[in-house]
Amino acid sequence: MTPLLQVEGIEKRYGARIGCAAVSFDLYPGEVMGIVGESGSGKSTLLNCLAGHLAPDAGKVVFDTRAEGPVDTVTMSEPERRMLSRTDWAFVHQHARDGLRMSVSAGANIGERLMAVGDRHYGSIRSRAIDWLDRVEIDESRVDDRPTSFSGGMQQRLQIARNLVTGPRLVFMDEPTGGLDVSVQARLLDLLRGLVREMGLSAIIVTHDLAVVRLLADRLMVMKDGRVVEAGLTDQVLDDPQHAYTQLLVSSVLQV
Amino acid sequence: MNEYNFAYLDEQTKRMIRRAILKGLAVPGYQVPFASREMPMPYGWGTGGVQVSAAILTPEDRFKVIDQGADDTTNAVSIRKFFEKTAGIATTEKTARASVIQTRHRIPEARLREDQIIVYQVPIPEPLRFLEPRETETRKMHSLEEYGMMHVKLYEDISQHGAISTAYAYPVKVSGRYVMDPSPIPKFDNPKLEMDAIQLFGAGREQRIYAVPPHTRIVSLDFEDYTFEATKAEHSCDLCGAGDSYLDEVIMDDAGNRMFVCSDTDYCRSRRSAGHVGRLGEESAA
Repeated sequence: MTPLLQVEGIEKRYGARIGCAAVSFDLYPGEVMGIVGESGSGKSTLLNCLAGHLAPDAGKVVFDTRAEGPVDTVTMSEPERRMLSRTDWAFVHQHARDGLRMSVSAGANIGERLMAVGDRHYGSIRSRAIDWLDRVEIDESRVDDRPTSFSGGMQQRLQIARNLVTGPRLVFMDEPTGGLDVSVQARLLDLLRGLVREMGLSAIIVTHDLAVVRLLADRLMVMKDGRVVEAGLTDQVLDDPQHAYTQLLVSSVLQV
Repeated sequence: MNEYNFAYLDEQTKRMIRRAILKGLAVPGYQVPFASREMPMPYGWGTGGVQVSAAILTPEDRFKVIDQGADDTTNAVSIRKFFEKTAGIATTEKTARASVIQTRHRIPEARLREDQIIVYQVPIPEPLRFLEPRETETRKMHSLEEYGMMHVKLYEDISQHGAISTAYAYPVKVSGRYVMDPSPIPKFDNPKLEMDAIQLFGAGREQRIYAVPPHTRIVSLDFEDYTFEATKAEHSCDLCGAGDSYLDEVIMDDAGNRMFVCSDTDYCRSRRSAGHVGRLGEESAA
């Protein structure tokens, strides 16, 4: 089987400082990869390099495109990369405000990607928006409300709907549950897990919350100081951590 | 002779503006940056249009200025006088007799000819501006033809009002490539953008010039199930009886009586002198 995403030797420097370095991995269709590490460990830099928001200084990000098979997205032209990020890719920001247009209605937020790829039928755009509101458990009567009137959890679910409406194959998530209270987190995780299974999504999830990766991720990478210090199956890494830093991370989790 | 250079601007500036105009004509709908000059009028009063007019006027031209269709409003009168004084050119109020027409917010009702040029005053040239505040990003969106956002605005219109409620500055796609703001003309005028005359757009404060050559295909953006409609008030002109012209609504008294009149004063006048009479036409003539 061809990997959906092949990452080879990604490196990003901020002047003399390392953002992330020598990161390589393969992601297969339907697989969820978690990236954990403390603040400043380079996990968001890595995610932004993978998603094309930052240009890496070295390395390849080879994506298995529908039309042409595996293509290096780092060297592909900007229109192609932008097209990819509107169709086959999705990016869920930590703060819903970064990923939503707060001044237009929920329906327009979901419809934007459809219109960006050429859908010009109002009725069908609207019915798909309502369908997706339903799938992320937002009442369809809210379709014409602006996200400013939504709670934090609803905004995050709306952001997910907006991203998944074009049926992407790869989802990048940056702390998708950050800033939400635990019961809302739990429902969001439930929803994400359902959508990932149902749509056969591949996902890369950056988080510092080990419970999130335990629930969602098949595989886990642990980062420290811009480098991957440990990688493996999620349960294996969390239950039998080998690297000293991973051991510290796992033992730091509060037991309730 | 007077102490001004012909048409106020110096020759170097006019050459710079002409280069921008030629580039604009070569790439229809593309906003060409230019070094907009201080003009002896405030921004928002047509500094862009005046600079474009100054750059294209010749001593043989006959110049017409309209503001919201009218020849006799402050803006139109002062710009017409400005060029009478600084260029010494002939002016007219008759659309058919003018070789250059500067306009704010209207296209004349009479069909323009190939030997005419129409100059639009543009307040905000960027159609994406209200959706995306960053200039770097809107330029990138234009260069990559990322125009999905324009439809987000139209979607919002329909979801909030049940129809596309954008009534002026209605975005158009020029020659299948650039999305363009046709300046704040009513959408009633959008179909007229496919015309025989050269169309030049000048935005002084924003320092942009763009252009549409004659016979260019102009498509107003819409949805398949909510198509573009050129709307106007459902009345006829009360002075000349025209049913096909864009109308202004005028409140007559405190009792709420109102009348509708052509916003294009030259069109209305020429119809009345040809004997057409509207509902209130006799009274006001008396």
